[in-house]
Amino acid sequence: MGVEGIGARVARKEDKRLLTGKGRYTDDMSVPGMKYAIFVRSPYAHAKIRSIDATAAKAMPGVIGVLDGKQLLADGIGNLICGWMIHSKDGSPMKMGAWRPLAHETVRYVGDAVAIVVADSVAEAKDAAEAVVVDYQELPVVTDATKALEQGQPQLHPEAPNNLIFDWQIGDPAATDKAIASAAHVTEITIHNNRLSPNPMEPRATLGIYDGGDEHYTCYTTSQNPHVARLVMSAFYNVAPENKLRVIAPDVGGGFGSKIYIYPEEIVCLWASKRTGVPVKWTSDRTEAFLTDAHGRDHLSKVKMAFDANNRIIGLKVDTVANLGAYMSLFSSAVPTYLYATLLSGQYDIPAIHANVRTVYTNTAPVDAYRGAGRPEATYLLERTMETAARELGVSPAELRRINFIRSFPHQTPVIMNYDAGDYDASLDAAMKAADWNGFAARKAEAAGRGMKRGIGMSCYIEACGIAPSAAVGSLGAGVGLWESAEVRVNAVGTIEVLTGSHSHGQGHETTFAQLVADRFGVPIDSVNIVHGDTDKVQMGMGTYGSRSGAVGMSAVVKALDKVEAKAKKIAAHLMEADESDIVIENGELKVAGTDKTVPWFQMALAAYTAHNLPPGMEPGLKEGAFYDPANFTFPAGCYICEVEVDPETGVTKIIQFVAADDFGNIINPMIVEGQVHGGLAQGIGQALLENVHYDPENGQLLTASYMDYAMPRADDLPSFKVSTSNTPCPNNPLGIKGCGEAGAIGSPPALINAITDAIGNNRLTMPATPQKVWAAAHAAN
Amino acid sequence: MYETQYHRASSIQDAVKLRQAAGEGKYLSGGMTLIPTMKQRLAAPTDLVDVRQISEMKGITVSGRTVRIGAATTHFEVASSAELAAVCPAIAGLASHIGDPHVRHMGTIGGSIANNDPAADYPSAMLALDATIVTDRREIAAGDFFTGLFETALEDGELVTAVTFEAPAKAAYQKFANPASRYAMTGVFVARRDNGDVRVAVTGAGSNGVFRHKGMEAALSAQWSPDALAGVTVDPSDLLSDIHADASYRANLVKVMAKRAVAAA
Ligand SMILES: Cc1cc2nc3c(=O)[nH]c(=O)nc-3n(C[C@H](O)[C@H](O)[C@H](O)COP(=O)(O)OP(=O)(O)OC[C@H]3O[C@@H](n4cnc5c(N)ncnc54)[C@H](O)[C@@H]3O)c2cc1C
Repeated sequence: MGVEGIGARVARKEDKRLLTGKGRYTDDMSVPGMKYAIFVRSPYAHAKIRSIDATAAKAMPGVIGVLDGKQLLADGIGNLICGWMIHSKDGSPMKMGAWRPLAHETVRYVGDAVAIVVADSVAEAKDAAEAVVVDYQELPVVTDATKALEQGQPQLHPEAPNNLIFDWQIGDPAATDKAIASAAHVTEITIHNNRLSPNPMEPRATLGIYDGGDEHYTCYTTSQNPHVARLVMSAFYNVAPENKLRVIAPDVGGGFGSKIYIYPEEIVCLWASKRTGVPVKWTSDRTEAFLTDAHGRDHLSKVKMAFDANNRIIGLKVDTVANLGAYMSLFSSAVPTYLYATLLSGQYDIPAIHANVRTVYTNTAPVDAYRGAGRPEATYLLERTMETAARELGVSPAELRRINFIRSFPHQTPVIMNYDAGDYDASLDAAMKAADWNGFAARKAEAAGRGMKRGIGMSCYIEACGIAPSAAVGSLGAGVGLWESAEVRVNAVGTIEVLTGSHSHGQGHETTFAQLVADRFGVPIDSVNIVHGDTDKVQMGMGTYGSRSGAVGMSAVVKALDKVEAKAKKIAAHLMEADESDIVIENGELKVAGTDKTVPWFQMALAAYTAHNLPPGMEPGLKEGAFYDPANFTFPAGCYICEVEVDPETGVTKIIQFVAADDFGNIINPMIVEGQVHGGLAQGIGQALLENVHYDPENGQLLTASYMDYAMPRADDLPSFKVSTSNTPCPNNPLGIKGCGEAGAIGSPPALINAITDAIGNNRLTMPATPQKVWAAAHAAN
Repeated sequence: MYETQYHRASSIQDAVKLRQAAGEGKYLSGGMTLIPTMKQRLAAPTDLVDVRQISEMKGITVSGRTVRIGAATTHFEVASSAELAAVCPAIAGLASHIGDPHVRHMGTIGGSIANNDPAADYPSAMLALDATIVTDRREIAAGDFFTGLFETALEDGELVTAVTFEAPAKAAYQKFANPASRYAMTGVFVARRDNGDVRVAVTGAGSNGVFRHKGMEAALSAQWSPDALAGVTVDPSDLLSDIHADASYRANLVKVMAKRAVAAA
């Protein structure tokens, strides 16, 4: 692997910049004449807009313009859309209500934007925003998805009667019902997956610049996928044609999914820049982020899992209601369907599965993908059900899982997915050993002596990454293909630029992508630069989410490297008068195998550009591009074990140990992978113990709109993690990579909740398992 | 933040004069509560009178068992005073768990008690220690000072200059932190005098702010031990319910924290 090649623990190249405050984020961008925007937002969760009067605001000091939704409509700016078509089981298409970037008729959640104020300073813009008089007629509110489906509830969109967006199913209902009817045992459980706020460290921001000379727009934005942003803004929102719109996502301080989507603010700032004639910058404050960043999760599911007399699962039936908030965000429909229900087979050989999913409008912020996106929901549901079943059946949780593990690959599940490789026993064994599972009884007894309740819980997760074969996702309703692009440019003196359509916002691409090149050509990673995040530099790409940058993005780089390598060898062979097939590349040199003839890498590159002595007919230069379309999803899997101690007097849960044993396929940089797991675990533990978006059900006000009330995990909430991997390479991509970005957040919540319910001897517990809930459950009968 | 005028007071009289001259003025101490409130445009004082540079309002003096803490003394200074720790480690320990290091180096005891946030830590100490709140014009017993949620006996323009109290024989504070804000979801300060009198003050839990629990005081006066609290009931009807914890859970916490405080004292 070499010290900087594949598998090396290379320190992150980007950290010097990011850790010394030299990162360049959207809010750091400044252009001549730039002005500041503040959005006027609805204080009501549901209301009709009778009128908007900006007369006083426009007259305030420093104000350049106040624009509203009627003007936006008049200028032909389109609705925000959901880009993944789902059909209900009756064949009808999903019922998408209109989402205007600036509402001009109805507001549907607290924070819905109704106007933009552009002024010389943020303070002046805020003053003027307060002076914009919006006359609202309040309407009744519904925030709970199950309730929103009932008769007589407030209706959000005329397109969606009873607030139902779609009623979708997957799997075989008849076979599943039959299995349940014939079962020796059926475990039934209701599973609630709590709503989360994404909380990236950097809040969203955008800078819209209109150049009247060229009729050209530039959009700096906090995006995980600038090309998708450009595509959508051109094709659907009618902002500008693609050749007149450059989107730049510079350093981005975390996304976790919430920065995949195109939000109203980018569109409105670009449009406002043209309308006002000045560049317009907007930066979200933290409360705006809580109010308007797309939330995650919010599922309620009823589950039946059927077992035969040998404790083999014979059927699984799931009925889920998913809250999508007030509007359908860009990928919202895919999350509770193809990213969720297709994973309901877990690591188990289940012959019959049926899942029904209803998605619902409510007067809350839009809900879309958040770290894991559907897979945490599937894993939490399955792994809590498995643990509950083990307790009901009187089998050890490990044993019940082993009885049902899939052991031969490829494995076709009843819910679309075809697992290509895995070794679930290996992860389970590794985790149990690392956790000293067998010594638990003694530790529990010792804790009991101190009046503490100790518990242990596990979770065997599987997820699907590397999203995904374009034809497959197209057939399932995706509006885009999910391939990735790469371009490798060897400069005349041999340094290398790799352009990728994926986007790094914490994942460390500047290091890991460079490691691929170092590994291939033996050049130092310092001679390799990774270029991403700018539609003027990288032609097209699909961005970063769903742990796809390794499996898909790097595969594209490998394809481009193959082409560069082939041409470099041809040039070297020509220079050394050798046969192309005898050339090997090692330590930055091209050698003729078995001889002492070599050409340094830089000399070969120079030869490509001087073009004085190239093979006949060869084009000068050394630059190759590739598009890679994945052959399948990848299937990372693993086993997580959590051990806790509950204080029965207060209900406080202390995590004693947390073990993560993952199978990520081949690993490029183990240090970065561990960092991804640590971060994912922190988020999963946050979901399980602390985090919850809380709306007042009466009026739709967000009660957790700051860190005073929204509990984020902190360092002292977390133990020191024990992480390890036992890897089976993915057979479907050139590097054998599966993906690691979301696993921690997917696998950890059920392990933790299973540990708490084990400790307190009561299975009725919902996330977040706050001290109050744990205390109440510990003192209630199961 | 709306526009405001900043003044730095050099003495107590100067501060009171500046404040009187101002329209809708406010004293500014550590600013850890006031500045964020202003940034969110929830407060709009025309003038800020900064009292942190007034030397008479700063520092800790201990003479015998009598303690005086200037109102502009930071939480960090209270937490790290060896003199104070020698006679009343409980209050130093309380201060060491307020917020984070930034907050402790800026926030002050005077600002905290004048603000009387129902989840703040200091009010419970003041009440349990039977402290006296000294102002520019009078002395107020802690029992009369805290009058409700964010409400005190302070008159308009009245400036807290110091707090004084007699160090107790034994005391301890136990805080159950709100998982989000890390303010007190329930905090109990217990103090026992040489003569056996006991005070138990509870913060974070009361629907009307900090309060004394007479039942626990009686039980502990009779017998100073955690077990003495076993038979005492805490009535949830006067306690707060919010998205973090309901009244019945807080009632439980009041008792558990009190027991633990007695054990720690
Ligand atoms: C992140 C964070 C965490 C915190 N955690 C905790 C915690 O765990 N526990 C806790 O108890 N507190 C906590 N606080 C609050 C902190 O202790 C504040 O310092 C305190 O509440 C106010 O003190 P201050 O000196 O900053 O007052 P300021 O913010 O300056 O003033 C607060 C109010 O008191 C008035 N005032 C100030 N001084 C005087 C005076 N001498 N006389 C009369 N009126 C005066 C002001 O006009 C204002 O209305 C936290 C604060 C932050 C920002």
